[in-house]
Amino acid sequence: MKRVPAPPEQQPGNFAFTPENLALAKQHIAKYPPRRQASAVMPLLDLAQRQHQNWLPRAAMDAVAEMLEMPRIRVYEVATFYSMYNLAPVGENFVQVCTTTPCWLRGSDDVVGACKAKLGIDFGETTVDGKFTLIEVECLGACVNAPMMQINDDYYEDLTADSAKAVLEALANGEKPKVGPQNGRHASEPAGGPTTLHAYTGDG
Amino acid sequence: MPTLTIDGQEITVEANTTVLQACEELGIEIPRFCYHDRLSIAGNCRMCLVEMEKSPKPIASCAMPVGEGMVIHTKSPVAEKARKGAMEFLLINHPLDCPICDQGGECDLQDQAVAYGRGGSRFDEHKRAVKDKYLGPLIATTMTRCIHCTRCIRFATEIAGVEELGATYRGEETEIGTYIEAALTSELSGNLVDVCPVGALTNQAYAFSARPWELRKTESIDVHDAVGSNIRIDCRGAEVMRILPRLHEDINEEWLSDRSRYAVDGLALQRLDQPYVRVDGKLKPASWDAAFAAIQARLNAMGEAKGERIAAIAGDMADVESMFALKELFTALGSRNLDCRQDGAKIGGKHRGGYLFNSTIAGIEDADALLLVGCNPRWEATLVNARIRKRWLAGGFPIAVIGGVASATVDLTYKYDYLGAGPATLAEVADGSHHFAGVLAAAERPMIVLGSGALARDDGAALLDLARRIAQDNGMLGGDWNGFNVLHRAASRVGGLDLGFLPGDGGRDVAGILDGAGKGEIDLVWLLGADEIDMTALGQAFVVYQGHHGDSGAHRADVILPGAAYTEKDATWVNTEGRAQIGRRAVFPPGDAREDWTILRAFSAVVEQPLPYDNLQQLRRHMAGEVPSLGAIDVVAAGDMGAFGMAGSVSAEPIVSPVGDYYLANAVCRASAVMAECSQLYTSAGGAGRAGGATGTDG
Amino acid sequence: MLRDQDRIFTNLYGTQDWGLAGARRRGDWDGTKAILAKGPDAIVDEIKASGLRGRGGAGFPTGLKWSFMPKQSDGKPTYLVVNADEGEPGTCKDREMMRHDPHKLVEGCLIAGFAMRASAAYIYIRGEFHLEANHLEAAVAEAYDAGLLGPNACGSGYAFDVFVHRGAGAYICGEETALIESLEGKKGQPRLKPPFPAGVGVWGRPTTVNNVESIAVAPTIMRRGAGWFAGLGRENNTGTKVFCISGHVERPCNVEEEMSIPLRELIEKHAGGVRGGWNNLLAIIPGGSSVPMIPKSVCDDVLMDFDSLRDVKSGLGTAAVIVMDKSTDLVRAIARLAKFYTHESCGQCTPCREGTGWMWRVMERLVRGEADVAEIDMLLEVSYQIEGHTICALGDAAAWPIQGLMRHFRPEVEARIMARKNKQPAAA
Repeated sequence: MKRVPAPPEQQPGNFAFTPENLALAKQHIAKYPPRRQASAVMPLLDLAQRQHQNWLPRAAMDAVAEMLEMPRIRVYEVATFYSMYNLAPVGENFVQVCTTTPCWLRGSDDVVGACKAKLGIDFGETTVDGKFTLIEVECLGACVNAPMMQINDDYYEDLTADSAKAVLEALANGEKPKVGPQNGRHASEPAGGPTTLHAYTGDG
Repeated sequence: MPTLTIDGQEITVEANTTVLQACEELGIEIPRFCYHDRLSIAGNCRMCLVEMEKSPKPIASCAMPVGEGMVIHTKSPVAEKARKGAMEFLLINHPLDCPICDQGGECDLQDQAVAYGRGGSRFDEHKRAVKDKYLGPLIATTMTRCIHCTRCIRFATEIAGVEELGATYRGEETEIGTYIEAALTSELSGNLVDVCPVGALTNQAYAFSARPWELRKTESIDVHDAVGSNIRIDCRGAEVMRILPRLHEDINEEWLSDRSRYAVDGLALQRLDQPYVRVDGKLKPASWDAAFAAIQARLNAMGEAKGERIAAIAGDMADVESMFALKELFTALGSRNLDCRQDGAKIGGKHRGGYLFNSTIAGIEDADALLLVGCNPRWEATLVNARIRKRWLAGGFPIAVIGGVASATVDLTYKYDYLGAGPATLAEVADGSHHFAGVLAAAERPMIVLGSGALARDDGAALLDLARRIAQDNGMLGGDWNGFNVLHRAASRVGGLDLGFLPGDGGRDVAGILDGAGKGEIDLVWLLGADEIDMTALGQAFVVYQGHHGDSGAHRADVILPGAAYTEKDATWVNTEGRAQIGRRAVFPPGDAREDWTILRAFSAVVEQPLPYDNLQQLRRHMAGEVPSLGAIDVVAAGDMGAFGMAGSVSAEPIVSPVGDYYLANAVCRASAVMAECSQLYTSAGGAGRAGGATGTDG
Repeated sequence: MLRDQDRIFTNLYGTQDWGLAGARRRGDWDGTKAILAKGPDAIVDEIKASGLRGRGGAGFPTGLKWSFMPKQSDGKPTYLVVNADEGEPGTCKDREMMRHDPHKLVEGCLIAGFAMRASAAYIYIRGEFHLEANHLEAAVAEAYDAGLLGPNACGSGYAFDVFVHRGAGAYICGEETALIESLEGKKGQPRLKPPFPAGVGVWGRPTTVNNVESIAVAPTIMRRGAGWFAGLGRENNTGTKVFCISGHVERPCNVEEEMSIPLRELIEKHAGGVRGGWNNLLAIIPGGSSVPMIPKSVCDDVLMDFDSLRDVKSGLGTAAVIVMDKSTDLVRAIARLAKFYTHESCGQCTPCREGTGWMWRVMERLVRGEADVAEIDMLLEVSYQIEGHTICALGDAAAWPIQGLMRHFRPEVEARIMARKNKQPAAA
């Protein structure tokens, strides 16, 4: 689904990094060789998005372009190419449900159905209270813990329709649900306990 | 020099050649869309894939450098399958709207689809639709037709030097455009239409007006500046439908400035198509005889010594044949009051090197340092500017600017060191005290370019002298290199200087003519297309305006003699390099208008001073006898240098470019609705940042 | 089965401390200075001798790749770039290494970077791996603090930096030249080759791009010797490998096993077997979404390594085993992958930009049986028109799953079309 930029009336007139983020931006720029500051465009856009309620207004792109001495169009290209830049406002909880084949095989249809039912919205929509935006995403690289979804920075794995609803319910109540597998697994070991590495587990 | 085999033929080529170029050397045609020999290699259309032995996959011939022993097959099943496939993929989402597409008949996609496409479509899904983009008043967009070859992006980024076009989003959602709705801020934007291989970008001003096979094509020369760009004039019937660039490697390569391309509608508007005579203060249509009689009557009224009381000024688009005829006529009438320098430039004289762009335009690519003085080449000579950018992109080319642009923030499409605005800085460079003098001295082939803004000042001769000294003292005039350059704006200027369309001994220059007219010492002024002088200074003088547009000269005139625009006559112009080129008539002048030299020939008979030629060939032979360089077509002869300029004091006034508005530089442009729209958009208050204004990054 | 003491990633499941102290207890950063003291060429030779092949999918010999880097410095930097843009559907191994054992990767960067005479390493990690990137950054910071990285890395006298660069959502950046473009601050669009990265890489400098796992195993190979690594697996398919087993198995998991383990053994030992038993197996995608599926009959005895899987017209890829039992709508499974490739196509070159979407749309119709049987051949032809004709391998990756489906399950696809036709009233 094409990410349509926010209309002009939603776009802020200007954007400036907070002093803390400006310092972080400079740290990012310093990671790259001299005169290669354009390499910092992705981290800076990410920083701008985090500063701006998880979406990237055009003013922020322009500010990054100016900071990195890049033509604006080159920044627009980057911002529209990569899927993680939100070009329009999103809900407080940005729910991204993976539906690629490994998740689908493990029941992502149920998770999608549960999310839509729970939130009362379809993909690409935001709840009226602005708390949730729901989108479908491609493989997030947690396939042995499928099905899964990412909400903001956190992965919620080994979901069922019920556990997905429970996660959303907790978030709706302002709670912080446990991230990771929702079925008692620790990480990507087989459910019920590892078949290997018995001598190495559990040193804490 | 590797040797490779292509379709069974061996060929040895330069080491950095690509496979595609090697194929072309053998006359083997390789289809392509994204490849363009003046742009960087993208390799994205995949139309040029060929089979290379020992490679598991076909290779993109446009991008693959040749290698020793390579064996290439361009017509093998592998190659054919690849290009058939690419062709099909390009067409599945391309609309079937050729009948209503302006590119029809000259479309690479259409042509190659005939050669490599399938008979029918097997694409049974919905075709993609893409929103059209706004790129300004010159370019029409139909983005659904776009095949994403990125030629336009590369042209804008590399040649035009405006990084405003890009490809946003990705995959099948990729869109070409500016992302933010904004007109491109380039004076080369029309070339996007030429580089676009399909009908995605077309000429807005020419939209739906003709099909290429209806057009009569005439090869000619552009006169909107002094570059001498080679053009093709496409006409249908009596109408010029469009103007396109024509390849000349040493001048415009294959590009054209927007003014030269888009002022076409001005050729049909505000035209002087019959003689006029002012009667009771009002211009009234008249016959040629009546118009000539009116002038003759005025001349007769002067009695003896009328040569002292008449004067002629040639305008910026005048051709050399008509200037030559006018000069001969005035000489015969005993006048020495001639000038081809409407702007009052302090230039001319017997040393031709003193007023030419001696390095030549192509020679810019051989230079290794540049000082621009008093010019904004982006506006005054767009394609000279493009050449400077090309050289700058290659690296190792320090550029400094004195005057011509208001400040260091003006975007000339390359980085430069802004040394200062005024003559004092130039003097510092001349006496070696400025750091940039060291850059010039250290360079092997440094250039200085003096713009007309520096010459058309009271201290113009002194500035010319300073520039000459800089050239002399910094090794610009040694051996096979001449780094001294004057950048003219007027297409007529070098030809006029070559002809000596200048005040004779004791004669008046433009300032003197206007002064004389104001004081009643000059009774008759003949304006040969001269519109850029202060008409109010002409006092009570009787003004003959010979020209093609009802601009300021015609409004002031007492008699109007309708002449031919540059598209309507066979004539010669000499560009800023000193290169004489012949323009050819594409259409006849409208109505009763006539080619200019014939008007002068006819009038010479009326005043019983018949010019000694009855056709153009005779005139040209005569002219070449007087000025041999005007007979040597498309040749740049080294200009002799000698002494020119005049040492003197300089003013503290900043040196400014004389071009206030790129889009309204002459009478043709001022008649053009398209140019008026551009002017409004780009150069009026509130317009997007332009070369003359901000940095071009706001908006 | 691989013995625990031969496993490299001993904190694969994150049950121990992932920080420097825990890493040291697991043997990381032990004698690194002595390894470096052997010199770059000796390290490259050791890796070559180990038989390690790239773990990112293509299986190119890692030591040989390192040897392409310039031996003589021109005084300007050269780079190691670690491809941590893990995004191949089915694959989730690098994630575990980075969040649970980041020091293996960081130490690997130093050893590999030193061996190829690079001045710095950039680890390009996919942006969605927020936690993983945090762990990696923390590990890098710990390594600097401990003097393991920096101007005198591990006291070796060698100056080496490691930086973490986060992506922002683009599968294509897993392609090495797209990754380089992205690292330069551009769209991730693959470059034309030649020139290859070892000649002209990031910022125009010689660069080697390696997968996380390829780099993370290098320190252990150096410590235990090429012979140990080469003694595992089969000839030309040596060492250990982290497998990701997803889909219709009883207990999906990641597990490090010996290369060349039989597929069936891998699934039954570690993933609890196929859901409903081995006989309930329909097909497996053995190496991540890009490789063609293989039917049960092939799965019965195929070995999990580069050569065995190539021989059955599939590939080891990233060793991500996607298991599909008999309940699976294979057409839909592949249609979903076709959608994935359409979404992830960078849009640069024609066959992929136009062809992936075409294939996806035809696949969607095939899911519903809404097609003519002849369209199966057309779809395959389209896939062949993409395969081998694109700038990068994404075109091939999009084509192969569909080719694999039709190779083994064409009758099922045809049957679905016929069933739909039979249901509809006969055309007038």
